[in-house]
Amino acid sequence: MTAAPEPARDPGLQPERTRLAWRRTTLAATVAAVLAGRAALHADVTAPRIAVSGLCALLWLAFLALANARIHALAAGPEPAAIAPRRATAAALCTVGLAVCGAVLIL
Amino acid sequence: MIEFVRNVRLWFAPEEVRREGGTPDYRFSLANERTFLAWLRTALALIGGGFAVDQFLPDLRWGWRAGLALALLAAGVLCSLRAVNHWVRCERAMRRGEDLPVSRFPAVLSVVVAVVALVMAVIVLVGWEG
Repeated sequence: MTAAPEPARDPGLQPERTRLAWRRTTLAATVAAVLAGRAALHADVTAPRIAVSGLCALLWLAFLALANARIHALAAGPEPAAIAPRRATAAALCTVGLAVCGAVLIL
Repeated sequence: MIEFVRNVRLWFAPEEVRREGGTPDYRFSLANERTFLAWLRTALALIGGGFAVDQFLPDLRWGWRAGLALALLAAGVLCSLRAVNHWVRCERAMRRGEDLPVSRFPAVLSVVVAVVALVMAVIVLVGWEG
């Protein structure tokens, strides 16, 4: 009795490296979001500033969800498909949103 | 610039990217994705730097502080938009079997970061004396 043949595995560990790249990027987004929250609540705490910091938290959650979905897709098969442009754009727009929130908080 | 506007449409249109050429080796697409993520981290670092300038240099005059912070935030926005644009261009080039696109953005960004670092150094030195 023989075991089922293992699916072909990339010796270069490309899906794993891509997964870790998503993790690193999520960590960077976390740092930026924490700094944004600090900026919002460090000075005088007003309703608009709380709203902006809430928006930053939402953007961070959106990025986290994108990263998790992509990590699941990467783990699904031996040869994962390329990321959909819409998801890549959404990840970039989360970053842009954080920067815009930052500009609002500074001014 | 016109090329950029044309590419913006592709950011949201997976079916249009997929219609062209053949699917490249999945490893090339993943490498392209990692490059995109590395640029996104660069953008996040610039944005984090903008927040840091605003929060951790309280003795700086407001104009300088806000100016530097906004410049870093703007650089972060540019960097992340360019990241997704470059990713789409690379993906299309790979599907069509063309050469990968070249870009002067890395050189421009390096010069901008160098200038900001110099300005920061001068401001900190002058600020300490004054």
